[in-house]
Amino acid sequence: MNMQINQFRFWAIGLATSWLALFVLVPSLMVLVTSFLTRDPDFLIRFEFSLDGWRSVFDPSFISLLWDSLSMALITACICLAIAYPFVMCLMSLPSKWRPIILFLLIVPFWTNSLVRIYAIQYLLGKKGLINDAMLGIGLIDKPLDLLYTPFAVIFGLSYILLPFMILPIYSAMEKLDLRLLDAAKDLGANAAQRLWRITLPLTLPGIVAGSLMVILPAMGMFFVADLLGGSKHALLGNVIKNQFIQTRDWPFGAALSVLMIILLSFMLWLYYRATKLSNRQGGINDSDF
Amino acid sequence: MTEYQPLLQLSGVSKTFADNTVLDALDLTIYDGEFLTLLGPSGCGKTTVLRIIAGFEQEDCGSVMLDQQNLAVLKAELRPVNTVFQSYALFPHMTVYENIAFGLKMHKVAKADIKTRVDEALRMVRLDSFAQRKPHQLSGGQQQRVAIARAVVNRPRLLLLDESLSALDYKLRQEMQIELKRLQRQLNITFVYVTHDQEEALSMSDRIVVLNKGKVQQIGTPREIYENPANLFVARFIGEINQFDGHVVRRIDEQHVEVVAEGADWVVKTDHPFVADDKVHVLLRPEDIRLTKSELVLDSVHVEGHIYECSYKGKTLDSYIRLASGTKVIASEFFDEDDPDFDYRLEQKVALQWTTGWEVVLPYEYAN
Ligand SMILES: Nc1ncnc2c1ncn2[C@@H]1O[C@H](COP(=O)(O)OP(=O)(O)O)[C@@H](O)[C@H]1O
Ligand SMILES: [Mg+2]
Repeated sequence: MNMQINQFRFWAIGLATSWLALFVLVPSLMVLVTSFLTRDPDFLIRFEFSLDGWRSVFDPSFISLLWDSLSMALITACICLAIAYPFVMCLMSLPSKWRPIILFLLIVPFWTNSLVRIYAIQYLLGKKGLINDAMLGIGLIDKPLDLLYTPFAVIFGLSYILLPFMILPIYSAMEKLDLRLLDAAKDLGANAAQRLWRITLPLTLPGIVAGSLMVILPAMGMFFVADLLGGSKHALLGNVIKNQFIQTRDWPFGAALSVLMIILLSFMLWLYYRATKLSNRQGGINDSDF
Repeated sequence: MTEYQPLLQLSGVSKTFADNTVLDALDLTIYDGEFLTLLGPSGCGKTTVLRIIAGFEQEDCGSVMLDQQNLAVLKAELRPVNTVFQSYALFPHMTVYENIAFGLKMHKVAKADIKTRVDEALRMVRLDSFAQRKPHQLSGGQQQRVAIARAVVNRPRLLLLDESLSALDYKLRQEMQIELKRLQRQLNITFVYVTHDQEEALSMSDRIVVLNKGKVQQIGTPREIYENPANLFVARFIGEINQFDGHVVRRIDEQHVEVVAEGADWVVKTDHPFVADDKVHVLLRPEDIRLTKSELVLDSVHVEGHIYECSYKGKTLDSYIRLASGTKVIASEFFDEDDPDFDYRLEQKVALQWTTGWEVVLPYEYAN
């Protein structure tokens, strides 16, 4: 009996570990190694140590592109947060049986391929699109606005696609919030704004950070959004990486960029870890005295 | 209680959730400086009373007046009332110090004063060295004391405590009962304490309000409530009591009537204006009954029965007696180690006696 369980455990853990090693660790190492190799016009890469890939990363022209991509991702995250947080607060004030239904409705559009939905946005924002037509119709403007192929369009598309990834973690954090703490704060004289600032926000911070992570990272990588809504002018980090591998064929540079993105991800995961620890309610990590 | 001024007055307060009437035209006056306990079974509306006083719940009708000021217009965060929640509700992301300072900060007390007052509160609950801990690093009793400190540091006119000790184990609860009484005397703050534990209510309160089904059953000092329960519910809820049903035969004088119960004639003392043929309950606490082995019996026996169970309780010996009518009686006697007769055999015949005046006589209620 015990033997069987042990054997099962061995195989289950072994299988999962091999899976992760094979499809996560090995490819990541391959990317890391590639970033230190030499570019070759015929065979893509040559097995010869070189820092060219990393040199390109720190090229000023690229740094400014990276900065653009990062700031677009950050703006997207801020917009998603600004919509998601009040949305979740409203959601929480509804009777609890309604909440899953509304969350479900929120997720339904996401069963449609996001590429298709980005085409829809392209149509929406175009010179002859719905928004320009409507504004012309009611006389708000007298010639169509250039909405498409602007940073605005990219951020709009990213926010639209990524909003649920902000809402869901915040919702799950908000659901865990002990409402009696809000009564306690009220009892001690905190008004609605103070309760939000001192109790609700700090205690749902892990949700905010998790949501931001889940928005910022894809927002830097979703190259098709930038391709379709930003034209060639407003590239994301993802576009650059894609281009290095497929068009420019500079694999070491592309690999170095991928590693950069992984480092960024790790940094944000560390932030997330810090945030959860900050609002920890059960035993913390530093409880050596207990 | 006469030296106290009324502090809070609930008049005709009713509260209904859906179609569940939780409070039914409740009238209650709380005096300045007293330790008042709301006592009643689970679900009788005790927490609802506190939540209405604190402002978390709005009464359907009636009024709540604090110092002649109608509280209906005052939001919860502006009321000079603080609550010690049953779950403690300590802020998990703040240290003990920050928790206690929270109310003062909200009231914009100067920083230096906050420090003095929080330190003082910490000393008061004996947690000086725990200021920088997080709540999850404290034991249940310590969290409890932080919750109390967090409330009293604001010097409320009224402190509401909802079953504050019920989560603690027996020993700690006893200690905290004494601690709470000490704090209340020291701070001179009015305490409204909610509990379903009658022993706790008896030992801590200046006055007890017995609630059942959203109605006040009796208000009085612990002694009044215990010795002169106003009705069967109070009598049974506050400790063990024996009940004999009978009827009045005749009035003897101003204070005494003759009652027939359990096939015997008893003279009982009562202030109630009973007349002949009134049906009554005669109630007796187990510790007021004296048992005598039947063969030794003298006069003034009230009734006889057989022992069917004995239970050793440490301080006392509880004997369970079946009377001829089938009524079961509990008698609780202190041990007398020197008395060789102090021990009963099962099925032994015993006589029950008590001092006239120790019984409680209530008008008959249909409830059984
Ligand atoms: N917010 C509420 N909604 C619906 N019913 C409630 C609510 N609060 C309390 N009740 C009901 O009111 C009754 C009294 O509750 P409560 O005041 O908490 O009793 P106690 O504290 O004496 O145990 C219970 O039957 C409870 O279910
Ligand atoms: Mg309760």
